[in-house]
Amino acid sequence: MEWILENLPHILELTLDHLLLSAPAVLAAFLLSLPLGRLAVRLPRLREPLVGGIGLLYAIPSLPLFIVLPLILGTSIREPLNAVVALTLFGLALMVRSAADAFGSVEEDVRLAAVAVGHSAGGRFLTVELPLAGPALLAGLRVVSVSTISLVSVSAVLGVTSLGSLFTDGFERGIVAAIVAGIVTTAALALVLDLLLVALGRVLMPWRRPVPRRSASRSAEKGAA
Amino acid sequence: MTPLLEALDWVLTADSWTGPGGLGVRAGEHLLYSLLAVGLSALVALPAGLLIGHTGRGRGIAVVSTGVTRALPTLGVITLVALAAGIGLTAPMVAFIVLAVPSILAGAYSGVEAVDPQIVDAARAQGMSPVQVLLGVEVPLGMRLILGGVRLATLQVVATATLAAYVGAGGLGRPLFLGLRNYDYAMMLGASIVVILLAVVLDALFALGQRLLARRPGTA
Repeated sequence: MEWILENLPHILELTLDHLLLSAPAVLAAFLLSLPLGRLAVRLPRLREPLVGGIGLLYAIPSLPLFIVLPLILGTSIREPLNAVVALTLFGLALMVRSAADAFGSVEEDVRLAAVAVGHSAGGRFLTVELPLAGPALLAGLRVVSVSTISLVSVSAVLGVTSLGSLFTDGFERGIVAAIVAGIVTTAALALVLDLLLVALGRVLMPWRRPVPRRSASRSAEKGAA
Repeated sequence: MTPLLEALDWVLTADSWTGPGGLGVRAGEHLLYSLLAVGLSALVALPAGLLIGHTGRGRGIAVVSTGVTRALPTLGVITLVALAAGIGLTAPMVAFIVLAVPSILAGAYSGVEAVDPQIVDAARAQGMSPVQVLLGVEVPLGMRLILGGVRLATLQVVATATLAAYVGAGGLGRPLFLGLRNYDYAMMLGASIVVILLAVVLDALFALGQRLLARRPGTA
């Protein structure tokens, strides 16, 4: 506990580093997944190669990817950019499937109605499909955010500074408090970002009232039947 | 592109594979750790998950624990246990099991839950005992998701097994960290490529197994 209090500024600094590695990766994965997911719905034949192919990236172990990527990027292993690109790829592997499912859940009738009332392709995407796919996109984004934040720490063994540095330093110098602080802070960061995403979802999608989900979906099913 | 050529050269040299610290031994260790961790986890998580799915009890706890462990950084768990238990295989093994149990658990209970309740009712109406319903109806029909959980757990453990070498155990992480310490990028890269190949091949085997299983009548 004493160690944690004495090193609080250091921990905060590492938390910021951690955030600067994970947030851009999560954002990039989200933005890239939108056109890819939409494309997968538009061209059903491309869906499996696209979604399955990108999903394969998830099978690649993270540490080796951190080491192989510099070959393609021309960065050094310790550069933050290298870590961000690797994390983006992992995020994308999860997010493309969510995005394809989200856009796939928009009903064809709604899409046709939007065309009929004169929406352009871009306007229809932004004002009709995106809001309707929103809740499912948010669910995918939350998974990506949590898993990215816990993945970042692995890069610490290569010398990239993040909360993971608390694990490597703590292990090498035998400081249990440092490791505990690292685990707790990482989990807290994941939780805070998750809550922020939920709050953002409430603000952007005010029509999604926090009704008890189970009863709502059941009655919807009954209505459909 | 020279680093890649050097790395491939290192991987394709017979000398790199033989001997007590060669890639052959390391790959064997890597697989052994992974199988042991997944096996031990499955021993606990499969029965527990099937029971949760069958009875519907304890689902809340399972969901929450799955979410919490997903947020746990593996490196943190490994180093923490390593400081307590000393260097060696104990620490990585604990971390692998912490990592694998939630995936297998989630696959098992969601597999059983996904079975059409009408089919389960029909089985019960035929006079099947709860054990018969579980093993004869719910497990075969939920097999795809149950195996999916084991597949995910295996992938995660194979990926993470690289970190075992960080706390003094073996596996393919050994040459990787050796290369890192000696600024030998070719060795690091070579070891990384072997780990990636191992993971991708294992995943492909699982995909194949799932596909073959799906063809058998009575499973879904």
